[in-house]
Amino acid sequence: MLRDEFFSKHDPGIISALRSAVVGIAGAGGLGSNVAFSLARAGIGKLIIADYDKIEPSNLNRQQYFINQIGMPKVIALLENLKQINPLSDYQMHEIKLDEKNIPIIFKDVDIMVEAFDKAEMKKMLIETWLSNFPQKPIITGLGVAGYGRNDLIHTKKIDNLYICGDEQTEPQEGISPMAPRVGIVANMQANMVLELLLKDV
Amino acid sequence: MKTLTVNDNSLLWEKNMTIDVILKKMNYTFKMLVVKVNGKLIKKTEYSTIIIPAAANVEIIHLISGG
Repeated sequence: MLRDEFFSKHDPGIISALRSAVVGIAGAGGLGSNVAFSLARAGIGKLIIADYDKIEPSNLNRQQYFINQIGMPKVIALLENLKQINPLSDYQMHEIKLDEKNIPIIFKDVDIMVEAFDKAEMKKMLIETWLSNFPQKPIITGLGVAGYGRNDLIHTKKIDNLYICGDEQTEPQEGISPMAPRVGIVANMQANMVLELLLKDV
Repeated sequence: MKTLTVNDNSLLWEKNMTIDVILKKMNYTFKMLVVKVNGKLIKKTEYSTIIIPAAANVEIIHLISGG
């Protein structure tokens, strides 16, 4: 596939900014796989993605994987899927559990960081590590994605270089499960914020 | 009368005010937090030690699971 064909529906003025961008995604689950799909379709030049999980059947209710990928490491399956969407971009995958030490190394070259973890303590760890090491670089977190309906509660908030997408209140618990539409909406709000930040001076 | 701002709310400032004191006054009971004061990250070990100045802008973000 030719580059010109892939980008024929893109505004020509934004292509070079997208192609030269590097975006990090921490986590390749409900938020991360959806963010990655949208950013690959947007033509981001390079995505750096880290996750240590393997695909389970229960992931298919909201994550961008398929039946024949069950049991595979998420980063391997996601790489397969992203190449099917956009083979022109560069995907650097890390099968690793992220921590305070490896985050600044793995993601040092990104322009924008996307927080896409499931667990609150991992979100906190990433945000604090990011604000300590790269306070000048934006980080976009997904906060409050569980359940269904209640579109109106979902919003974006900016605190310096920390951007929050979600309803900031709905956690998964008994009777409130994470589901594809709301997780997908928040993931796409994160991806949409990435584009807004990358293209604000274009 | 001096004040400071906590998540866009005005709060009366006191001498020797720490994040722990602010959390109590705001009735914030949740545990998983990211705290920023005037744009600077405050770590959990500093919640009881760093003195917050008058007119400070305090942002307290409550982290919840899901993704």
